[in-house]
Amino acid sequence: MRTVLQSLMPHLMVAPILLPMLIAALMLLMGEGRRTAKLVLGIFSALLGLASSAALFVWVGTYGAVAYLPGNWPVPFGITLAVDRLSAGMLLLTWILGICALSFASSRWHRAGVHFHPLFQLQLMGLSGAFLTADVFNLFVFFEILLAASYGLLLHGSGKPRVRAGVHYVAVNLAASALFLIGVSMIYGVTGTLNMAELSARLSEGNVANRQLIDAGAAILAVAFLAKAAAWPLNFWLVPAYTSAAPPVAAMFAVLTKVGIYALVRLWTLMFAGGPLAGFGADGLLAFGVVSAVLAALGMIASQRLAVQAAAGVMVSAGTLLAALGLGEEAVLGAAVFYLVSSTLASSAFFLLVDLVERWRAGATVVDEAPFLSATLEAQEVNLDDEEEPLVALPFPASTALMGLAFVACALLTSGLPPLSTFIGKLGMLSAALEPREGGGPLSTRAWLFTGVLLGCGLLTLIALTRTGIRTFWSEMQREPPRVRAPEGLPLVALLTACGVLTLAAGPAMELARATAQSLYDRRGYIDAVLGAEVVPSATAPEAGR
Amino acid sequence: MEVVLAIAIGILTGSGVWLLLRPRTFQLVVGLSLLSYAVNLFIFSIGGLAIDKEPILADGVPPDLAHYTDPVPQALVLTAIVISFAMTALLLVITLASRGMTGTDHVDGTEA
Repeated sequence: MRTVLQSLMPHLMVAPILLPMLIAALMLLMGEGRRTAKLVLGIFSALLGLASSAALFVWVGTYGAVAYLPGNWPVPFGITLAVDRLSAGMLLLTWILGICALSFASSRWHRAGVHFHPLFQLQLMGLSGAFLTADVFNLFVFFEILLAASYGLLLHGSGKPRVRAGVHYVAVNLAASALFLIGVSMIYGVTGTLNMAELSARLSEGNVANRQLIDAGAAILAVAFLAKAAAWPLNFWLVPAYTSAAPPVAAMFAVLTKVGIYALVRLWTLMFAGGPLAGFGADGLLAFGVVSAVLAALGMIASQRLAVQAAAGVMVSAGTLLAALGLGEEAVLGAAVFYLVSSTLASSAFFLLVDLVERWRAGATVVDEAPFLSATLEAQEVNLDDEEEPLVALPFPASTALMGLAFVACALLTSGLPPLSTFIGKLGMLSAALEPREGGGPLSTRAWLFTGVLLGCGLLTLIALTRTGIRTFWSEMQREPPRVRAPEGLPLVALLTACGVLTLAAGPAMELARATAQSLYDRRGYIDAVLGAEVVPSATAPEAGR
Repeated sequence: MEVVLAIAIGILTGSGVWLLLRPRTFQLVVGLSLLSYAVNLFIFSIGGLAIDKEPILADGVPPDLAHYTDPVPQALVLTAIVISFAMTALLLVITLASRGMTGTDHVDGTEA
């Protein structure tokens, strides 16, 4: 049984890619209507995808990185998929967000336009593929799949703001894709390989020819990823796009910037975490991360709209992660992985909450002139307070409580305050960055800069969100209580609960994150798994052919 | 041959970037197309330029690298062409929608 399971497990790796693709194809065959059937299919696919990513996550936890050859070609020639702790974790995160966003969309947003469900499945397919591929060019292909789906999803519901933001979003991403291709082909031209593991092995070999060309190629590639990760100055597309997108779509987009971060982490650690090129570009990543985080926090404080603040929160967390990667230390990266997961869940929940809040405010235009002076109230015996106004218990329905508490949780998570999980992530990063060096030298200015930015951004974020929270929740008491339907409330609660679980299980979760960073820096597990992947002997292709 | 190709790529990239920075959506579309042509040529040239060499094994040619050109960039460029073609079509649809909804072909949707 165990051996059978062992031999079957690698095949599971294609499930998160093939499953949504087939489901999307099926949905396209169903035509434009039949939303309920498509919704059921979509949820079914998301549950299966979640189950298979969870299985992969458990599996790599036990056996380490594993590679899979979908075309059964020997390693550097064919397409290779590989899963390690980082990919499996990102996969799990993606599918959790997928289920929550689908459930949220089911109450109204999936009716805003046609083809929401197939596009959503393709989005999930592109994301899964980007996390699973072990080949730089396939990374490009999966990036394009997820971007193409995201263009469609961004325009879902149509309308002027979406189309206007869509033009910018598509144009910036196409230009970034051009840079991606230039970087990939330069690296191929110098090293002669596109396989990430082989690339890493070749760069570690010692004297590397054409060092400048590799640096240039890697830098151009990094610019493409930085544009996707919304690093300043390539982040001006983000706020209009995320605020105008339909809220469940924006909740899914919370993970899109993290794909850029994932690609940077993966390639930077594989190429520059050790060997003769060690540390290349770390200062650049730190600088861009710091500037992006600070400017995003300032943008948050400058805005009055919750949606803009949620989008700025995405940029703050992306900038923080870039800066953490730029510090170039294993321990910092470990805590950063933990922070990545919790901040993505938090941003996603925030986008869902923003929709509920904005709908509530928009529906509250009719306020009863003087509810307490009506004849019925005067006839009853009513307590009077100090100002001789009738003291009536204001209705405080569960939905108001839910939204208020969810907002508090989102604000704490976005600004990284205790007691929730992003605080633990930030604390982990800070304590790792401020750890006394071996030899007892003074802390580097980079560590101090990082500390200052992390704390400063937290403060700015907190001020901004507190102000908006007061304006939103503590004003205009005579307002209709919000109506939160179960399919909308549940995903919000689920995402926040996930953050809560991460907080409560911070010990084991942080251990996992540290182990992830350790294997990223160690690299041997990944390289050996990919380069050691064996071709399955086949009955139809005799050995003589090779 | 290398010089000619390099100049061609340079001119295409330069024109593409210039058009990309222009305010009209049509210029944007053409600029991105030119940029993608430049990128495709760049990918194509990365395997080294060779005349009269096959990328795929052929009968009667010794199977070593001296007699063949690198097939990988050709495969890459094929993928890149298809993707950029599809993306340009998508961009055209969005710019048309933008033109229809905002009444202007400015990339920001307003003339101001």
